[in-house]
Amino acid sequence: MSNWWSLKVSEIKKSKHSYVLLAPYMILFAVFTVLPVIMSMVLSFTYFNMLEFPKFIGWHNYSRLFLEDDIFLIAIKNTILFAVITGPVSYIACFVFAWIINELSPRLRAFMTLVFYAPSISGNVFFIWLMIFSGDRYGIMNGLLLKLGILMEPIQWLKEEQYILAIIIIVQLWLSLGTGFLAFIAGLQTVDRTLYEAGAVDGIRNRWQELWYITLPSMRPQLMFGAVIQITTSLAVSDVSIALAGFPSVNYAAETIVTHLIDYGTTRFEMGFASSIATVLFIIMLSTNLIVQKLLRKVGE
Amino acid sequence: MVLPLVYAINNAFKPLDEIFLFPPTLFVRNPTLNNFSDLLNLLGESWVPFSRYIFNTVFITLTGVIGHVIFASAAAFPLAKHRFPGKKSLFQVVVLSLMFTPAVTAIPNYMVMSWLGLIDTYWAVIVPAFSYSLGLYLMKQFMEQMPDALLEAAKIDGASEYRIFWTIVMPNVKPAWLTLVILQFQILWGSDGNGFIYSEQLKSLHFAANQIIYGGIARAGAAAAVALILMSVPITLFVFSQSKIIETMASSGMKD
Repeated sequence: MSNWWSLKVSEIKKSKHSYVLLAPYMILFAVFTVLPVIMSMVLSFTYFNMLEFPKFIGWHNYSRLFLEDDIFLIAIKNTILFAVITGPVSYIACFVFAWIINELSPRLRAFMTLVFYAPSISGNVFFIWLMIFSGDRYGIMNGLLLKLGILMEPIQWLKEEQYILAIIIIVQLWLSLGTGFLAFIAGLQTVDRTLYEAGAVDGIRNRWQELWYITLPSMRPQLMFGAVIQITTSLAVSDVSIALAGFPSVNYAAETIVTHLIDYGTTRFEMGFASSIATVLFIIMLSTNLIVQKLLRKVGE
Repeated sequence: MVLPLVYAINNAFKPLDEIFLFPPTLFVRNPTLNNFSDLLNLLGESWVPFSRYIFNTVFITLTGVIGHVIFASAAAFPLAKHRFPGKKSLFQVVVLSLMFTPAVTAIPNYMVMSWLGLIDTYWAVIVPAFSYSLGLYLMKQFMEQMPDALLEAAKIDGASEYRIFWTIVMPNVKPAWLTLVILQFQILWGSDGNGFIYSEQLKSLHFAANQIIYGGIARAGAAAAVALILMSVPITLFVFSQSKIIETMASSGMKD
């Protein structure tokens, strides 16, 4: 044992330079990411209002969250709904668009990449959807439907429960061709061309077989990376919900786990309870990601 | 996909009576720059000189981007090219942190900031941005592709690890830098202070723009103008760096 230790210590001493290079980043990472995650978990077992010292109350926050907080159940339902729809749809869309773009000439490809990627880098430009779904007849959607005679009077799109969720999903999808999309474009360009020729010899007959047996397995690393990005964003819907549906939204129709967290954390200052929401979100995000990673390892096998 | 953007661009050039026209139109008929001059007037009336908001955002963005590129590259180099105890688990933690969003840590982060006395300073936004994990991840994946021979040669010549990092590694990973720059730029450029900044004179351009955007009907024209200005900056940046970013993304994959 002591031998193993002295070996480790000498190894560590030898790698001094590596640690020095790592230190600035890792210290900040520990302070602003690792420490807060741990603190959040600890605080979730306490009553804490920012003024008094946190008081340990065991599982009380969690039992309150799942048994007494009806709005949290709406938030979970909405978050899962968003994630189940926007997650897979955006993931597949990222791939399909990247696949189509890949066939184009380089110049056109660069242009189309910009067109698809632009919404996700334009910052708060999604406020434009406020004008599209504006509740008066000057909004594009109402204007169009009124002109075509489908509607007789304008609809308050963002104030009526049955439309809010659908609109947020549309906007979220519009924003979703981001980093994952770029990774797929790049991944498709790195697939070894000779594999396709070899595949043709081995009896691959159509584009679909080519896609499943050659393209997808070749870019599995990018697929896994893209999945992490899309899953994490699809579970974290909040900005779009707040900007379009308001905060809180009508009858909590657009409440998500993150907006619920913001509500308790920054409006009601129930930090212990808000931390338990954060911890639930953390567990959902991490476990979904790890499960999907497992599944993606099987692609093309 | 493009229609909403086209609409946003066109709205910026529509006179007010065209923005409120029935039936609404996608394209502008009588383009005008009135919205931009309205915006200028609005800005002239703001309580804090508008140039201050611009300075705040530019300062936060530049400092955050430069610091991030240096810190993340310095950490990515040993993770990609050295062998030392703890390497695997350190990188594992960084990958895990890609799997949740900052919302999870918002509350404790506020406490950490106040312990460090960073509340209501630029640094509350800048310093955490240095340790943004996607940047480290992409940089490390990109550095792994660098041929080892290049580093070995320098080592034989007696160069220290720091010298190798600065004079050999950094010039060779320019595409990855640009990618880190644009990803970080996007976040900081659109930052509204993350709830850490209260003083009006420290607030960001994005915050000021939102005041105009959500200012109602009378401001609809100026809102469209300010939105166009804000979005054109990251888009322009992307146009010029696109090919380098795609080059970096080619190595972004997760290899178990």
